[in-house]
Amino acid sequence: MTALYLDANATEPLRPEARAAVLAALDAGGNPSSVHGQGRAARRRLEDAREAVARRFGARSGEVIFTSGGTEANALAIHGLRPGRRLLVGSTEHPAVLAAAGPEAEVIPVLADGTLDLDVLATLLQGGPALVCLMAANNETGVLHPLSAAAALCRQRGALLHVDAVQAAGRVPLPTDFDSMALSGHKLGGPPGAGAVLLRPGLQLPPLIAGGGQERGRRGGTEPLPALAGLAAAASAPVDPARLAALRDRIEAGADTIVAGAGAPRLPNTTCLILPGVPAETQVIALDLAGIRVSAGAACSSGKVARSPVLAAMGFGPLAGCGIRVSLPWNAPEDAAERFLAAWAAMRARLSKSAA
Amino acid sequence: MRILVAMSGGVDSSVVAGLLKAEGHEVIGATLQLYDHGAATARRGACCAGQDIHDARRVADTLDIPHYVLDREARFRDAVVQDFADSYARGETPIPCVRCNQSVKFQDLVLLARDLGVEALATGHYARRVEGPAGVELHRAADPARDQSYFLFATTAAQLAFCRFPLGGYPDKAAVRAEALRLGLAVAEKPDSQDICFVPEGRYSDVVAKFRPDAAEAGEIVHLDGRVLGQHAGIARFTVGQGRGLGQASRDGDQPLYVAAVEPGRRRVVVGPRAALPQAQIEVAEVNWLSPPPSGPLACQVKLRAREVPQPATAHWDVAGGLLRVAPAVPAIAAPGQACVLYDGDRVLGGGFIRRTA
Repeated sequence: MTALYLDANATEPLRPEARAAVLAALDAGGNPSSVHGQGRAARRRLEDAREAVARRFGARSGEVIFTSGGTEANALAIHGLRPGRRLLVGSTEHPAVLAAAGPEAEVIPVLADGTLDLDVLATLLQGGPALVCLMAANNETGVLHPLSAAAALCRQRGALLHVDAVQAAGRVPLPTDFDSMALSGHKLGGPPGAGAVLLRPGLQLPPLIAGGGQERGRRGGTEPLPALAGLAAAASAPVDPARLAALRDRIEAGADTIVAGAGAPRLPNTTCLILPGVPAETQVIALDLAGIRVSAGAACSSGKVARSPVLAAMGFGPLAGCGIRVSLPWNAPEDAAERFLAAWAAMRARLSKSAA
Repeated sequence: MRILVAMSGGVDSSVVAGLLKAEGHEVIGATLQLYDHGAATARRGACCAGQDIHDARRVADTLDIPHYVLDREARFRDAVVQDFADSYARGETPIPCVRCNQSVKFQDLVLLARDLGVEALATGHYARRVEGPAGVELHRAADPARDQSYFLFATTAAQLAFCRFPLGGYPDKAAVRAEALRLGLAVAEKPDSQDICFVPEGRYSDVVAKFRPDAAEAGEIVHLDGRVLGQHAGIARFTVGQGRGLGQASRDGDQPLYVAAVEPGRRRVVVGPRAALPQAQIEVAEVNWLSPPPSGPLACQVKLRAREVPQPATAHWDVAGGLLRVAPAVPAIAAPGQACVLYDGDRVLGGGFIRRTA
C-alpha cells in the first residue's frame, strides 16, 4: 500500500519544474558575487529567479530579498520594520511571526470563523504608529484573513502591514497593498532552504545577518542559488485550485464532523476536521498507521501533538485538542478523498468499538 | 501481532522494541513527554527528558519502526507530580512511579493502544507476566536485583492481560545490554535511570515546595516522650525510619534517633529510638488484587519498600472497609504512602498503599 500524503501545509511535494531548476543550478555552480564568467552566469540565474518571483507576486524585482525560508523572511521583515512602532499581531499567527513579534505585541482576536476581527483592529490602530502582522492564510485551518480591508485600515492610520503569505502563496491570489510579505519556497513546491521578503518600494530593511553585502546589503551570505532557482520555478508552475477545492469538498462532505472555519473564505487545499472527544494525537497516529499522512497543530520539532492554539483562539475550547489538518498537495491523486474517507471511517468504527 | 512499545529512550525499553521486531511483530514505539526541564533536559540518567526522547527516536530509526512522542505533561503534572506533593503534605512518603504506572502509563497507553487497534502494550519493566490456570498472573523478575514487580502491583487484571514484559526472564542487566549490542542499538551503554525522573538535580523538596508550600514550612522536631528537640524546614524532608537530616535532634544522649511519625496537622516530625519504630500491624488502602481476594487470614510475604526482600506476614482483607491489615511476622517499619505488596513466592497477590494510622 502506498502512503497518501495529505500534509502539504507542512511541506509541498517537490514540483518537477523546481527539481529541474535545482539540478541545473547545482550542476552549473558558481557564486553570484564572483567577477568572472561563471560568477556572471550564476548572477544571471539569481536575477532571473528574482524577476520571476517579483512577476508572480506583483513586486518590483529590486524589492525581492531572498532568505533561507519563511521563518527568516518573517523575522527579517518584522525586525526591520518595527523600530518606533507598536506591534499588532493576529491571534492565530504562526509561531515564526509570534516569536519575531515578541511578548509585548498586542493581539488582534479572530472571530469564531477564524477571520480577523476588523473592529478590534480599527480600535487598536488608534493607539499610535503600528506594524500590523497578519497571515494571508492560516496554516491549520486555511482560513483567509480579510487582508484588503485590513490594509485599507492600516493605510488610513499610517500603519505598516506585514503579510505572512507562506501558506497562501501559489494557492490563492495575494493582495498587493502590503508593506512587506514573507514567502517560503518549500510551501510552493520548491526545495526547503529558500524564502523571500517582498518589500514595498521605498522601505528600508536593515539586515539580520550582515556579511558580504549580498541582497543589496539586506541579507548577508552567499545566496543558496539552487534552492532559490527552485523557489522561482515552483512559484511559476501552473496551479489548479479548483481541482483541489473539489477534493477538499468531497472530504468535508464525507467526513461528517465539525469543520473549523467552515463559513469563512479558505485555501482550496486545506480542511481542519474536528472529531469531538478524540484527541488529535490519536487521530494522527491512527491515520498514519493506515498510511494517511496528516497533521495536527503546527509541526513542532519535538514531534509531539499539542492542543491547537489556532482552534483555541477561535473559541473551540476543549475541542481545540481534537482537530486534525488535512492539506492536499498540488499532486493529490484523484482518489485522495475516497482513500482518506475509507481510513477515516475505519478509524471511527474502531474508536466506537474501543469506547464500548 | 501489532504491539505498542512504551519507549523511554533507555536500554531496557529499546531492547524490548528490538526483540519484538525481531520476532516479527508489527511494533509501534511511543515515548511519553512528561515534563519540560528546559536546561535540565540534557541531563543523563533519568527517564524521559529531552535527550531520552531523542534517543528513543534514534532507536526507532535503527529498528525502522513508527514512533510517536505523546505529550502527557498536563496529565503527568496532575496525576503524578501534584499527587507527589500532596502526599508529602499529608505526612506521607509518596511512590510516584506507581502513580505514573496507574495513570499515564498503563491506563492511558492501554486506552490509546485499543484506539489504534493494537493488541498488546509492551514495556521494559523487569517483571514476569505468567499465563496461569485462572488467568494472567504477575511474578517477580528472574533477576531479583532488577525486579520491579513492587511498582506494578496496582496494574489491574485487565491491564496486565494486555501487557507484555519481555525482559522479565532475563538473568541480569548485562544480558540486556548484550542484547542491545547485538541489535545494534546506540543506547547499549547508556547509564541506568536513577532517582525520581521529574526532579532535576535530586532536589525533590524544591518540587514539593512549589506545589505545596505548606509542606515546606518550618516546624518542631519532638521526641515520642514529648520533648522538643529541634526545628525542621518542612515535613516534606522526612520519611518514617529516616535518621539523617535531623540536626541536633539526631541523638538523645548516646542513642541515635529516627523519624517515627510525621504529623502534618501540627507540622511536627516525631522522633524516637530505633526500637520504637516497628509496627505489629500495618493498614493498607487502595488495594488492588491480582489473585482471588482471601476470605480468611492469608499467609504470605510482604514488601514494604522498594529495596527489601519480602518478609513473612499474615494479611487480613476487610472487604467491607476496603482495608488490608497486614501483620508482619517480625514487626516492621512502615512509611505511610509507600506500597505494601503481597507475594506468594514469586507471584504478586496484590497490594496497596500504607496508611497513616497515628
